[in-house]
Amino acid sequence: MTTLVIAEHSNLTLRASTLNTIAAALQLGEPVSVLVAGYGAGTAAQEASQVVGVHQVLHADAPHYAEQLAEEMAVLIQKLATDFTTLIAPATVFGRNLLPRVAALLDIAPITDILAIESNDTFVRPIYAGNALAKVQTLETKKVLSVRPTSFEATAAQGGNASVVKIEACAAVRLSQFKSRDLASSDRPELAGARVVISGGRGLQSGENFQMLEALADKLGAAIGASRAAVDAGYVPNDYQVGQTGKIVAPELYIAVGISGAVQHLAGMKDSKVIVAINKDPDAPIFQVADYGLVADLFQAIPELTAAL
Amino acid sequence: MKVVVALKRVIDYNVKIRVKSDGTGVETANVKMSMNPFDEIALEEAVRLKEAGIVSEVIAVTLGTQACQDVLRTALAVGADRVVLIETDVELQPLAVATCLKAFVQKEQPRLVLLGKQAIDDDANQTGQMLAALLGWAQATNAFKLEIAGDHATVTREIDGGLETLEASLPVIVTADLRLNTPRYATLPNIMKAKKKTIESLSPADLGVDPSPRLKTLLVSDPPVRKPGIVVNSVTELVEKLRNEARVI
Repeated sequence: MTTLVIAEHSNLTLRASTLNTIAAALQLGEPVSVLVAGYGAGTAAQEASQVVGVHQVLHADAPHYAEQLAEEMAVLIQKLATDFTTLIAPATVFGRNLLPRVAALLDIAPITDILAIESNDTFVRPIYAGNALAKVQTLETKKVLSVRPTSFEATAAQGGNASVVKIEACAAVRLSQFKSRDLASSDRPELAGARVVISGGRGLQSGENFQMLEALADKLGAAIGASRAAVDAGYVPNDYQVGQTGKIVAPELYIAVGISGAVQHLAGMKDSKVIVAINKDPDAPIFQVADYGLVADLFQAIPELTAAL
Repeated sequence: MKVVVALKRVIDYNVKIRVKSDGTGVETANVKMSMNPFDEIALEEAVRLKEAGIVSEVIAVTLGTQACQDVLRTALAVGADRVVLIETDVELQPLAVATCLKAFVQKEQPRLVLLGKQAIDDDANQTGQMLAALLGWAQATNAFKLEIAGDHATVTREIDGGLETLEASLPVIVTADLRLNTPRYATLPNIMKAKKKTIESLSPADLGVDPSPRLKTLLVSDPPVRKPGIVVNSVTELVEKLRNEARVI
């Protein structure tokens, strides 16, 4: 009875989501191993061995794991799965892409995007963009799970002392090839893991006006997000999007600026600890989830707020 | 080259859902149903590939009860050439759907299968990836851009923090993200024409699949409600509250 966490990493370092996933795995109460499959990923594997609660790190290193393509990773995990009763990954783009592929190879129905662990076979997950919660029990012999990182507090990154075991890579399947990656470069914290998030909506009226949020974000060390309406209007790129169809965030402080609060946006941020809404429409649905609402013209309120901090 | 597009009938995205009081699910009686929005995008992409001369036939398939015929009529009206209902009353879970689709794909032999990245009812985000695994095909999820040249597909995907481009030889599974395209509306004449077209029908048994659920939903409930907040009157008051009450700045 052991659990295998599939680490999300950049070869150099673990992604923050891996620590949340290890925390969820520890709740299952069985020894936790972590798989770090990559290329030149020795430092990420070392890092995993320091994480509190980890029993063992399995490190597979090969050129075809460099980009952690689902087709390559799934074959490796399928092979390892015989030794584990539970496989668990973060419900990030990485985990969402990979985990169902692994599950199908094993002929196991997976449970994805878990918010809470009720018992070792029963889990709570959101449906209808978080407008309802489903308590789901698995009848399978093995559990293949993905967990929403923001729902599990990260385990400590330092203090553990697990062994790192080198494991053999599987032969490359080469079904798809990685060509390029185009990541928005920013000095700001990553949206999904930021302590403070400031999001703009259609009320900003243009992409240029998002610069107003930049000044405020600088003061607060915040990440910048956006509603789907602002993305659809072309103000900002899609990776800013917070919501059911974008990123799910749960920061300490979420400031919604000029966002009406469509259901699909609320699904992405309503688990934030403190929500501030600034909107000139007092009837905007965003005020129903806000801890602090300010009915004001954002073009006055934001510079004033920036100056006051 | 044939393309198969898998569609799901879901509660319309504009409907505010209601959880049933007995906790068995979500109210669907007298609720407007539509094609899953991500599947609409997948279908649009298939129709555009046909219009560009890359694809010769667009086959739309869905699984479920007779009621699912309406999304197939919509698919015909926006440009699907053939539509197929895999008919069953069983509660369908993603693995069963993927297993049925695998058998259907093996029968139809398309070089490309398009699906939405997830359905907006169960939000599972599993079917495309599982179908790719069962067929042993390449997968490109969360597609932002799809190009097909000869026997190759180049797919740009939405990932955390940006975009990623993959290349794969056909056949390939592609799941559509929001920005892949903007689906067209069906025109009235096309809707009328679609009413006269044939809907082919199969059952999971015809495909040799047992679609029984493998997961048990014990309870569906409303999410916890946030405690009501307050309206502040000024930026000064807001800053004061955030500092001294919420202590987050």
